[in-house]
Amino acid sequence: MASDLELTPTSYITHHLTNLTVSVSDGPFWILHIDTLVMSIILGVLGMGFLWLIVRRATPGVPTKRQAFVELLMEFIDAQVKNTFHGNRHAFVAPAALTIFVWVLLLNTMDLLPIDIMAWIYEHVFGLHNWRSVPTTDVNTTFALALSIWLLMIFFNIKVKGMGGWMHELFCTPFGKNPILWPLNLLFNMIEYVSKPLSHSLRLFGNIYAGEIIFLLLGMWAATGVSGSFFSMILGAGWAIFHILIVTLQAFIFMMLAVVYLSMAHESH
Amino acid sequence: MNINFTLISQALAFSVFIWFTIKFVWPPLLRAIEERQKQIADGLAAGERGKKELELASQRSSEVLKEAKQRATEILTQAEKRAAEIVEEAKENAKIEGERILAGAKAEIEHQVFGAKEALRQQIAGLAVAGATKILRREVNAKVHADLLASIEEELK
Repeated sequence: MASDLELTPTSYITHHLTNLTVSVSDGPFWILHIDTLVMSIILGVLGMGFLWLIVRRATPGVPTKRQAFVELLMEFIDAQVKNTFHGNRHAFVAPAALTIFVWVLLLNTMDLLPIDIMAWIYEHVFGLHNWRSVPTTDVNTTFALALSIWLLMIFFNIKVKGMGGWMHELFCTPFGKNPILWPLNLLFNMIEYVSKPLSHSLRLFGNIYAGEIIFLLLGMWAATGVSGSFFSMILGAGWAIFHILIVTLQAFIFMMLAVVYLSMAHESH
Repeated sequence: MNINFTLISQALAFSVFIWFTIKFVWPPLLRAIEERQKQIADGLAAGERGKKELELASQRSSEVLKEAKQRATEILTQAEKRAAEIVEEAKENAKIEGERILAGAKAEIEHQVFGAKEALRQQIAGLAVAGATKILRREVNAKVHADLLASIEEELK
């Protein structure tokens, strides 16, 4: 809580939606959201480290419960990738999908932490005035992921089909090879190439951000009195339970879209 | 909603995590799973093989059993035949032996009959000569008729 400010709905929400920033250079672009970066790296290290610790001692014999859990996760993702991607998925696409799913799931899950308690802990234990827990409510994170996938998509397009093959696809699909149709094809493909990363990133961002906003609104309602506290408690619990689904679903959707985009880059039309 | 340098740093973090997963997380787990799949497949194949072998062995054993039974029957038949032969042979031998003994006995009987006849004849001859001698003693000189007596004796022998 912003103890030095007057508590109004605006200040409450603004406080919770303000990142801890550091300027690495001059200009509005060279700003770093420390909270986003630190949280996502901590969670990524935790998630991947957990997987690595278990996988390091993986035996082909009878697996431990933890290994069985990791295998379950891996085989679930591998099955999804197998259905979509027809190639050597073990080289890149499947492990990348695992990374995306685990990481995004962990980042989204931060949304379930009680927002004001976490703010109090950040402020009074770590002395951080502004600290947002959920990296996927930062559009930089979702764009970073989506644009990475987008660049990989272009990379694989060129790698698999060659520069000529990719250009041919840009100009000759989806409507046909006729030169009259080339501008239309190109326009169509350009729209597709722009809309892919936008929809990919904004879907995740929008869902998680909206979830956070609802938690904030419920928190504000709780500040209005006893009945407000009561209802916001019940609704908050309900929303949190529902959010478990959203958090998992959005991580899964994000992963699936990444796999689909990468598969499309590997296949010629 | 402001795009800034965080995007690039997040993308870097993302690529590092992907690299880490590709390098250290995915391959050992995949190896373990594939190894286990292979082991299970091998186990199943071995089971299948064992089953087939068992089937084969039971088939072979029944064949051996059948053959043994057949052989036993054969041996039994042969033995019976042989026994019958032996009995037949024994009968034959016994018959031959009986005949031989019979022939021996007959010969002995004949011999004895002959001997008895001979003895009888000699006795008769003796008696005849004695009788003749008695008759002739009165009328014939023994010295004169000795030749005659000798020839009679000779004839009666």
